[in-house]
Amino acid sequence: MADLRINLAGIKSPNPFWLASAPPTNTGYQVQRAFESGWGGAVWKTLGDPIINTSSRFAAVHFNGHRVAGFNNIELITDRPLDVNLKEIYETKKLFPDRALVASLMVEPKREKWHEIVKKVEAVGVDGLELNFGCPHGMAERGMGSASGQQPDLVERQTYWVKEAARTPVIVKLTPNITDITATAIAAARGCADAISLINTINSLAGVDLDSWNTIPHVAGKGSHGGYCGPAVKPIALNMVAECARNAKVSIPISGIGGISDWKDAVEFLLMGATGVQVCTAVMHHGFRIVEEMIDGLTNYLDSKGIERVSDLVGRAVPRYTDWGNLDLNYAVTARINTETCINCNKCYIACEDTAHQCIERAQDEESGASYLKVREEDCVGCNLCAIVCPVEGAIDMVEQPAAGVPMSWNERQAAIAKLSMKGA
Amino acid sequence: MFISEDALKRNFAEVKAGLRPKQAFEEAHRCLYCYDAPCIKACPTGINIPSFIKRISNKNMLGAARTILEANPMGASCARVCPTEELCEGACVLNDSSKPILIGDLQRFATDWAIRNNQQLFASGERNGRTVAVVGGGPAGLSAARELARFGFTVTVFEAKSQAGGLNTYGIVSFRLPQEIALWEVEQVRRLGVDIRTNVVVGRDVTADELLGTYDTVVLAVGMSKVPTLGIAGEELDGVYDAIELVESTKVSLSGELSGRRVVVIGAGNTAIDAATCSVRMGAEHVEICYRRSKQEMTAYEFEYEFAKSDGVAFRWLTAPVRIIGDEQGRVKAIECVRMKLEPADSGRRARPVTIPGSEFTIEADAVIKAIGQTRHVPLVEQFQLAHTRGIVTIDNETYQTSNPKVYAAGDVIFGEGQGDAMVVSAVQQGKLAAFAIYKQLVLDDPDGGSQT
Ligand SMILES: Cc1cc2nc3c(=O)[nH]c(=O)nc-3n(C[C@H](O)[C@H](O)[C@H](O)COP(=O)(O)OP(=O)(O)OC[C@H]3O[C@@H](n4cnc5c(N)ncnc54)[C@H](O)[C@@H]3O)c2cc1C
Ligand SMILES: Cc1cc2nc3c(=O)[nH]c(=O)nc-3n(C[C@H](O)[C@H](O)[C@H](O)COP(=O)(O)O)c2cc1C
Ligand code: SF4
Repeated sequence: MADLRINLAGIKSPNPFWLASAPPTNTGYQVQRAFESGWGGAVWKTLGDPIINTSSRFAAVHFNGHRVAGFNNIELITDRPLDVNLKEIYETKKLFPDRALVASLMVEPKREKWHEIVKKVEAVGVDGLELNFGCPHGMAERGMGSASGQQPDLVERQTYWVKEAARTPVIVKLTPNITDITATAIAAARGCADAISLINTINSLAGVDLDSWNTIPHVAGKGSHGGYCGPAVKPIALNMVAECARNAKVSIPISGIGGISDWKDAVEFLLMGATGVQVCTAVMHHGFRIVEEMIDGLTNYLDSKGIERVSDLVGRAVPRYTDWGNLDLNYAVTARINTETCINCNKCYIACEDTAHQCIERAQDEESGASYLKVREEDCVGCNLCAIVCPVEGAIDMVEQPAAGVPMSWNERQAAIAKLSMKGA
Repeated sequence: MFISEDALKRNFAEVKAGLRPKQAFEEAHRCLYCYDAPCIKACPTGINIPSFIKRISNKNMLGAARTILEANPMGASCARVCPTEELCEGACVLNDSSKPILIGDLQRFATDWAIRNNQQLFASGERNGRTVAVVGGGPAGLSAARELARFGFTVTVFEAKSQAGGLNTYGIVSFRLPQEIALWEVEQVRRLGVDIRTNVVVGRDVTADELLGTYDTVVLAVGMSKVPTLGIAGEELDGVYDAIELVESTKVSLSGELSGRRVVVIGAGNTAIDAATCSVRMGAEHVEICYRRSKQEMTAYEFEYEFAKSDGVAFRWLTAPVRIIGDEQGRVKAIECVRMKLEPADSGRRARPVTIPGSEFTIEADAVIKAIGQTRHVPLVEQFQLAHTRGIVTIDNETYQTSNPKVYAAGDVIFGEGQGDAMVVSAVQQGKLAAFAIYKQLVLDDPDGGSQT
């Protein structure tokens, strides 16, 4: 059986699955239940000066009959007194010494405030700290959360203050509500962070009620933007993790977060450079037991591939992620429809005809008169649209074509043209 | 009338096709992954159904198969023969708001994957130095043997027939449960190092005393025996069959013996239905089931009844056999029956059928199949000197221990009135529980248990 242990910047856990700082990690009771279910670690619900939460906090986006494609919340950090949280953290760590227990922190951007809270939480025996520079609502209006997380200089400075006082590893949690995620990731690294975690939630409004015209959710008839997470945000999070992983100036370990719902999502984050993952929405949807499915699936995947340690996956796909300018413009795939498997729904036909390159033909078998679909391969640009809309696995293959020439990327092409025009001049 | 070999093969091939991958994934995604799910409670072996279905939707087929077979060593057979409407699927919360998840079919999808990929899913435990003899290699015995092997016991199974698997191998019609599925499950147990000795009849080839003297513990899992006699004239005639033997003959090799025949089946339990549908598939011209009570009292499941009807089987209610009539060659040519009426019985019991005098009539028939339940292995039970009621071995309801502390019993051998239906899945669970009780008795509760001797 594969070894699932991870070591994130010195924080060890028996498997890569941690609970993200959120409602599932509100209390000692919950975190202990989670550890009993098998979670490898947990980041405690963000500690700070207690706040007051609104009633009616969450909303979700359901997609075509499937519940919770995306999840939206206007909850703030912990609403429980610090000493109560600290006592429960202490008890939980004592009961589960082998799990990673990390405290998430958020205070005003003042040096003494950071020093004070760091000392308090480290005194109860946490394995690490996570700085919440990401909460997109409420706290931001008070200059905390994403308000500090959107400014690289504030990220760097506050990280540095924390590092002055901290003895345990410091993880900086990044907000995705920023144009270039590497700007704040580099700032965290410059502030001497031991690791980064991403993403926190994305600014969102889940919906508007068609009858009352209230926002969803609303609090006494008013709403404000919330934070979006769950399956829908996975591609955004995965890109941000990958961008950080391939940036040499970041070069600190990454804890991947955002839309991770099963072991397959987790493997993708690991391959794109995360050392471990954190999960919130999937647990809120299904309960702590979902980790059993994650652990089992990951173990079977590693065993089937003959990979001994989960840590051997980390970053293995990062070298394949690059700038668009480095992609080979002479590579080509074309669609091929397998008539045997095709169920003749014609979805690919109309997609290509109306919105792509008009290269799928509706043909008829001369003998049987049966209609079938056929790709005019010479006109197919290999956009994948037909294969995407096809509802049947294996009915459309994107087939690699013999190279039309030597590999040449846009950057290489521009460089070659520049050389030529220099010669010509 | 002649039925071709090809037609026979076609008739006895598994009726139901497995789910196709897309169907399976769509169905798996429909599962709500309930917490403390009622389907788990409704499964006698307690398979964690939401978990295995989640694993299917996560494309973790190995994990799905293991979840099923961990709880139920005969999970592949059960996926086909369990009355799921009465068990897991009947408990699905979607029954009221939509339609229940096809749990049996998904279970088959996952276990078929394991069979196709020839997966070895479990390993035997570290040897604990204790030995157990399991008498009978049916679902109950195999389930006990597998669990005992995983607990580290050295296990020997004694099986009278040439193959193990019990009624899964020989008794449940091929078109519902192909033999290779049952034999794959047998092989899984054998691969844990369990010594399965076939063609050994305990009580004849090896005695009870020999087993009790040689092994630390014995598990008695011999199931039930033949169909009892009807107690009417003409039973010895050529053309009178025992339903279980008839089904068994079709599991061993297919013949067109009944082709073109008019068949009357006596009884209306699931065995009667199997005998009837089997006859249809062997080419019988006309098959009817006679039952002395009415449809309400029939013990066959509704889906079995529907299946028989769709196979063209006719039903005659409130009809009891009086005698079987033969021709000069000693072959069945007709059966004389009498009409019955129901009289309310003492509280709690089924209505009592009584004959209507003078209502006798005959049905022309070439074959009569007896399917009125099964007799017990009384001589063997007595050779073990176990307490029993008409052959139903008495046990402690929690530990499955018999009146002899060295002997445990599981499966149909302990199945008695008032215990629901005899089902593969219950036999499997009893085997598992007996194995655990043995482990507890011999290893956990024993100060020097579990040590190598
Ligand atoms: C026709 C028919 C159809 C059925 N259909 C279904 C169904 O659809 N679904 C369902 O859940 N259940 C069904 N059942 C019931 C189910 O098959 C039984 O409940 C189940 O097989 C009981 O398992 P067991 O291990 O106790 O007994 P068995 O399966 O009877 O196994 C007992 C084993 O012990 C062996 N044995 C007996 N005597 C000796 C001896 N002296 N020495 C050595 N070995 C011996 C036998 O050869 C046999 O292999 C059906 C039963 C019948 C008869
Ligand atoms: C209701 C709710 C409350 C949250 N509270 C916090 C918080 O206090 N601190 C924090 O760092 N992140 C918080 N998050 C963000 C999550 O930790 C996580 O980054 C985000 O939900 C993305 O992961 P997911 O897609 O698995 O849910 C919260 C998320 C939700 C849904
Ligand atoms: S989950 Fe439902 S019952 Fe529980 S606190 Fe939220 S709104 Fe109330």
